[in-house]
Amino acid sequence: MGSKRLDRRELLKSSAKVAGGLTLGAVAPASAHAQAPAHEHPTMIKGSKELIAYGERSHFVTSVRISHPPGGRPSPDAFGKVFHVAAPLQDSVGVITPSSLFYVATTRGSFMPDIDPTQHTLMIHGLVDRPLTFTMEDLKRLPSVTRLHFIECAGNRHNARHKTVQETHGMTSCAEWTGVLLSTLLKECGVKGTATWFVAEGAEEVKGASSMPVAKAMDDVLVAYGMNGEPLRPQQGFPLRLVIPGFEGIFSTKYVRRIKLVDRYYLNYNDFGHLDQDPKVAALDYQIGPKSVITYPSGEQQLPGRGFYEISGLAWSGGGAIRSVEVSTDGGKKWNRAEFKGTPQRMAHTRFGYQWNWDGNETVIMSRCTDEIGQAQPTREQVAKYWNVPFDRNYRVPGLDNSVQPWRIARDGSVHNGLA
Amino acid sequence: MGWLRVLVFLLLMGGSALAQSPTYGVGRTPTAEEIRALDISVGPTGEELPPGQGSAKQGAEVYKQKGCAACHGATGIGGPAPALKSKAGPDVPIWQRERILPLRSPFATTVWDYLNRGMPVNREGTLTADEVYALTAFLLYINGVIPEDEVLDAESLPKVKMPIGDDYASLPDWKPRTRRLRGYPY
Repeated sequence: MGSKRLDRRELLKSSAKVAGGLTLGAVAPASAHAQAPAHEHPTMIKGSKELIAYGERSHFVTSVRISHPPGGRPSPDAFGKVFHVAAPLQDSVGVITPSSLFYVATTRGSFMPDIDPTQHTLMIHGLVDRPLTFTMEDLKRLPSVTRLHFIECAGNRHNARHKTVQETHGMTSCAEWTGVLLSTLLKECGVKGTATWFVAEGAEEVKGASSMPVAKAMDDVLVAYGMNGEPLRPQQGFPLRLVIPGFEGIFSTKYVRRIKLVDRYYLNYNDFGHLDQDPKVAALDYQIGPKSVITYPSGEQQLPGRGFYEISGLAWSGGGAIRSVEVSTDGGKKWNRAEFKGTPQRMAHTRFGYQWNWDGNETVIMSRCTDEIGQAQPTREQVAKYWNVPFDRNYRVPGLDNSVQPWRIARDGSVHNGLA
Repeated sequence: MGWLRVLVFLLLMGGSALAQSPTYGVGRTPTAEEIRALDISVGPTGEELPPGQGSAKQGAEVYKQKGCAACHGATGIGGPAPALKSKAGPDVPIWQRERILPLRSPFATTVWDYLNRGMPVNREGTLTADEVYALTAFLLYINGVIPEDEVLDAESLPKVKMPIGDDYASLPDWKPRTRRLRGYPY
């Protein structure tokens, strides 16, 4: 350390000389700086061509994704493949999930197509006046939109076995997506009046295909080539994917290569996964309900002691923008309005905060939200009551689980899953 | 004021014509052959099904030749990949039997479509139409859906009566800015 500081001072002196020599009048401030009292300089990260070309995060930041679900379907499985990986929400700040930490869900494991974007095309056909094929270059010529949207996996269910918020809620992420509205492309093709559904297909091995209503396509579906200011990453569908705001993640077809307009629900494999006996449950398997979770303090984190904390969390809904978030710090007896960090966007993670003084006693904290169309995030007990079924701790919320997540704070400041 | 009437008429015609024609003129028209080559979607009516045919007996052979057993087990059960044969018998109501594609799907076309687009793993798209018909027949046969000697082709496949019948939910009409389920507060 000492020799490094010396090196640095030498360097400053010599560079001051050079600078002085070059600029004549600038000697005094430079030498004053060099003779200033020594203070602790951090160890320096050595510059390199690679780091200049492409930055890296600090090695002190170690947040990573984990396979999902812990203790559930083995991952990697019998084929040695990782199917689902969850984002480290406990370390998240703001609303954007870095692309490298965005959750991933796949049908056939961690392999993904390595697509040359100059060779990739999107064909739109079926019940249209003019079938059209777009290259990536074509798509970039068209009017674009940039929007924040979350994508959440239908398997994002929290249970008593989970320890951290990454395990309970890590299968949701939010990014800034850039692309062309699907409605723009469909207007170019001219959708026939008989078209009620569209089938989207990706270029991955299984050629996953999902049926979706044309009404959704005309409303807000994005054909995205950009994510968080750069091209999509391969795990997120490079070079082209659909983003279906507010629908369960499987609909946001990655590596999208073909869209077919059809006159009925096509019941291809991905649709088969949504097959339900009860039409009410089937409806709940489509659009995601209002949902929120506290990310700090959350499971396995440690509060250093009593005193001030800003509770922080995320809220989102498939029904639109979040209208309000409430936080309880006494196990749900009293609910207090939380503050938004930024303007809530439609079908996007919204960061909220609540200022709290912890008195050091054991307590349970949780959040709940409502969205712009008046849907409210329920507790599990409320959902069971609605369906008129007896409630027990293993109760499974129908559709995607949007129930409240409690965190228990013990007297020693340790944080635990309140469902356990 | 005849010219005004003409102008209104032209505007109306022009307006509706505009709605039907492309705005940007970007993108290229694919040829009929290109569409045929890429369009692997097979819907419930089976209108896209190609010529070809196969029976369960032939399918059993294809199942062996293509190495299906390595992942799905020699009899469709017991491999590391999802089971293809229900353990529960036909007396058990369909919703209480396992969620197995060739058994619980409402249309045999779903089975054909998936085999054709997604199997075998890492060699997707290499099965011939005859092989896909035969494998579909085999999987439906081992689940007691069709007899062993039934031949499936573009005509007969969409007509296969699946055990689920119409005992599955159709989806409600989706509309923007509406609740996911009418009357559901959550």
